[in-house]
Amino acid sequence: MSTPLLEIEDLSVEYVTEARTVRAVDRVTFSIAEREVFGLAGESGCGKSTIANAILRLLRDPAVIAGGSIRFAGTDVLALSANELRDFRWRQVAMVFQSAMNSLNPVMTIGDQIADIFTTHEGVSKKAAIARAGELLDLVGIPRDRLRSYPHQLSGGMRQRVVIAMATALRPPLLIMDEPTTALDVVVQQEIMAQIKELQQELGFAILFITHDISLMVELSDRMAIMYAGRFVETAPAKEIFNAPKHPYTRALMNAFPPMGGPRTRLRGLGEGVRFRDIPDLEAVTPTHWVAPSTDDDLISEVIA
Amino acid sequence: MTEHDTPVLSTRGLQKTFTIGGSFSRKQVRALGGVDLDIAHGEIVALVGESGSGKSTLARCIARLEQPSGGTFMFEGEDIIATSKRRATREYRSAVQMIFQDPFGSLNPVHRIGHFLERPLRIHGAASGRAALEQAKRRLMAKVGLPDEMLDRYPHELSGGQRQRIAIARALAVNPRLLLADEPTSMLDVSVRIGVLNLMRNLCEEQGISMLYITHDLASARYLADRIVVMFAGEFVEGGDAMELLAQPAHPYTRLLISAVPDPKRTDPFDAVERAQLRREVLQPTQCQWSAEAVEPCSTEKPVFHRLSEKPEHWVRCGLYAPPADAPGTALEHAVDDQENDAA
Amino acid sequence: MSLAQNPQAMAELDLGTGPGPDGQPQAAPPPPRKRGGGGLLRGLVGNTKSVAGIVILIIFLLIAVLAPVISPGDPNLITGMGSQPPSPEHWLGTTAKGQDVLALNIWGSRSSLFVGFSVGILALLVGLLVGLASAYLGRWVDNLLSLVTNVFLLLPGLPLLVILAAFLPQGLGTVILVLVITGWAGSARVLRSQAMSIRGKDFVGASQVTGESGLRIMFREMLPNMASIVMSTFLACVIFGIGAQAGLEFLGLGDISTVSWGTNLYWASNDGALLTGAWWVFVPPGVCIALVAFALALVNYGVDETTNPRLRRPRRRTTPDEPTRVAAFSATNSVQAAVSQKEQTP
Repeated sequence: MSTPLLEIEDLSVEYVTEARTVRAVDRVTFSIAEREVFGLAGESGCGKSTIANAILRLLRDPAVIAGGSIRFAGTDVLALSANELRDFRWRQVAMVFQSAMNSLNPVMTIGDQIADIFTTHEGVSKKAAIARAGELLDLVGIPRDRLRSYPHQLSGGMRQRVVIAMATALRPPLLIMDEPTTALDVVVQQEIMAQIKELQQELGFAILFITHDISLMVELSDRMAIMYAGRFVETAPAKEIFNAPKHPYTRALMNAFPPMGGPRTRLRGLGEGVRFRDIPDLEAVTPTHWVAPSTDDDLISEVIA
Repeated sequence: MTEHDTPVLSTRGLQKTFTIGGSFSRKQVRALGGVDLDIAHGEIVALVGESGSGKSTLARCIARLEQPSGGTFMFEGEDIIATSKRRATREYRSAVQMIFQDPFGSLNPVHRIGHFLERPLRIHGAASGRAALEQAKRRLMAKVGLPDEMLDRYPHELSGGQRQRIAIARALAVNPRLLLADEPTSMLDVSVRIGVLNLMRNLCEEQGISMLYITHDLASARYLADRIVVMFAGEFVEGGDAMELLAQPAHPYTRLLISAVPDPKRTDPFDAVERAQLRREVLQPTQCQWSAEAVEPCSTEKPVFHRLSEKPEHWVRCGLYAPPADAPGTALEHAVDDQENDAA
Repeated sequence: MSLAQNPQAMAELDLGTGPGPDGQPQAAPPPPRKRGGGGLLRGLVGNTKSVAGIVILIIFLLIAVLAPVISPGDPNLITGMGSQPPSPEHWLGTTAKGQDVLALNIWGSRSSLFVGFSVGILALLVGLLVGLASAYLGRWVDNLLSLVTNVFLLLPGLPLLVILAAFLPQGLGTVILVLVITGWAGSARVLRSQAMSIRGKDFVGASQVTGESGLRIMFREMLPNMASIVMSTFLACVIFGIGAQAGLEFLGLGDISTVSWGTNLYWASNDGALLTGAWWVFVPPGVCIALVAFALALVNYGVDETTNPRLRRPRRRTTPDEPTRVAAFSATNSVQAAVSQKEQTP
């Protein structure tokens, strides 16, 4: 009944140079409700990060939003002025970038960096800001004495938690996470995912979670979309995607994980290179499950199996 | 054949300590603490552990990119360090090759792909003359499933999976007998990992190459390897036959790694309580003195070595492990000077 | 065609700082321009700043090479009255002694450019060898060479120049030697740090594992990756050479019997041209030195912009904060746009 928090309709993003025009995102439509976790999975280069950056209008020249609309809580994001965008970013939508833990300022303490958010956006005093920074660290399970530490004194996992805490600082209703666990070990990855889940349940924000690793989305997402070459190939509630994937590409992605049990069999790998020539628009298989029609022949698997 | 009985690689007490800080600093970090590893002919051994556990250091020592601080290792029966203290010999370079973790960093961006295949061919005399060289390069590209046209391209024009295949082709060019693969797929998209793993397994099986496969993902270790060795803080803590070890993990760290395996179809939810418990067992000094930061071993003595079973092989070195009274075939061996024991 | 099918396009677009398009999960691929020397030259030719600089340099080089042809006579000859302002017979006038200023400066270009470029090349070579050796040959070599470099950096340059020049026999060779001794350390430091960062890359380790010899690794694997910084350092050393030579000669410590821009300035000051206001004597050599230095700096800018695409001036003027551009029709009539997009898609 309520309007979705984020509505993307027929979004297209192109990179325009003298030499060529590349369409990174091709007529993509989806929406995210309040408190919903939406997972966007696909391999590198499929356009998922471009969508994320387009929502915040962070893409630089030569990127152009070539078509479609982005609406957030009813506001047309594409029509916002630079000043309005400044308000919009971080307050309404915040983002955790890829390898964000490596872009913490190495010469400032963690406490100062978090406090910066509060002094800049909410104009509070430094003292109050540090106090709130401490509360944020509590939320992500980092001891408060780390406020005085520098980024290099923290482990990778802790740094990533700091970055996530910084994104939630102003309590935005939507958080975009772009590959938040790459460069982290499997054990730490799982812990970060659990942390994100806990935060989401406690603070109640929606998440657009972008990854190339479907396995991370298992417990977290409500709905998922699989993307290939700038287009969506399947969208459905997460459970349906895991239990009954309909598109051959989704099925191949789900099977790309060696099992921990059962006999040792040879898995078929996904080949590289063009696998689908033209991806048609999504069609509804059920009211909540949309798939781009295709046949199994379309999936060009690799010679080496 | 007797030559196939000698292990391809055999390390004893291999140690590496780094001095950090400036030239006059004394601060030391022990990355590798006395490890014993054996790899048989044609065998794939997986070395599993987190970053900082020392597995890359071990691989680099064997690849002679680092000089070990102590211990020895034998390649096909020959003591390598005694033969040539600092530099690797040409024969060694043609027998032991390495594949690096970062597909972007391991290919020099200023050279074309053909260059990476040509250099090893030339250096080790595998082909001479323009025609033979070209043919050899094409054969290598075919082996890794890449088109010939790619030889004229530059690394930045290839995807991550393609670059790793080139790295594999480069390693194969010298006809190695041992391949050291340092997390070859961890920087690749999950969708292309199986392809690269399959490629490596095929090539090893076809050509009888032994492989040390380093990873932090137990599932791929199980997929690829015959034996698994678990490493933590510079030491080996558990090892044995892959299936057996994963069915009956004995060390808390192994259990922690198993619970962290990525799998979208896994149905049991992430149990934070159990995870915290495992983590504590592994890291907290009160129960187990192994610390998370660099490499203090159990402060009083090396933890006891337990051999769980002979065939399939399974051993563990853990202070917490208590063999069940009725378990068949377990034995307790004291680890005081166990360097001489055949640990594998 | 989308980005997924075209890693080449992805790399060529080299999309600026911050989160790019779907870069690989780890660090983005390096800028596509790294095609070694060939790409650098092609890039320079396309860049306005460097073209301007190259043109100026070529003009001066031609002047130097064609000096016997274009000079109005032997500069050492006294051909006119002293301290004459510019006139049809003497386009730039005469010095206090009566020598033709134009001839002096045309011939002077030979010595100045020769010394400048020699110092540039030699200082660069020494710095490069030290830098590469430091980076590649290990900790002890590095400690030793760094110590030596630091000593030379700390020694005050001008007094050292003066002392050496005063004690060594006069001549162009001495000037070059002295300037290289005082100038190599700066470039060594820069080149060393660049070499160290390249040394840590996996492809150097991979070359070692392949069995490449140390020399080959240093010069065929590491050096090509340093092309742009080597170029900039070279240009900086040449500027240093020209300027320092002029400075030495102005102080009378160079070879005062040669004709060069620096000695022209020396004689100008010695003969009181500054006092008498005979600007035509000291302005030309100063302008020549400044122009050459300026040209070299322009080429340096060109090198920087070619090798670091982020410094390139974007086709449209954008401020760093400017939000993503939205194509004109889409924001207001999204529905119509959606329909028309579907129809236009090939």
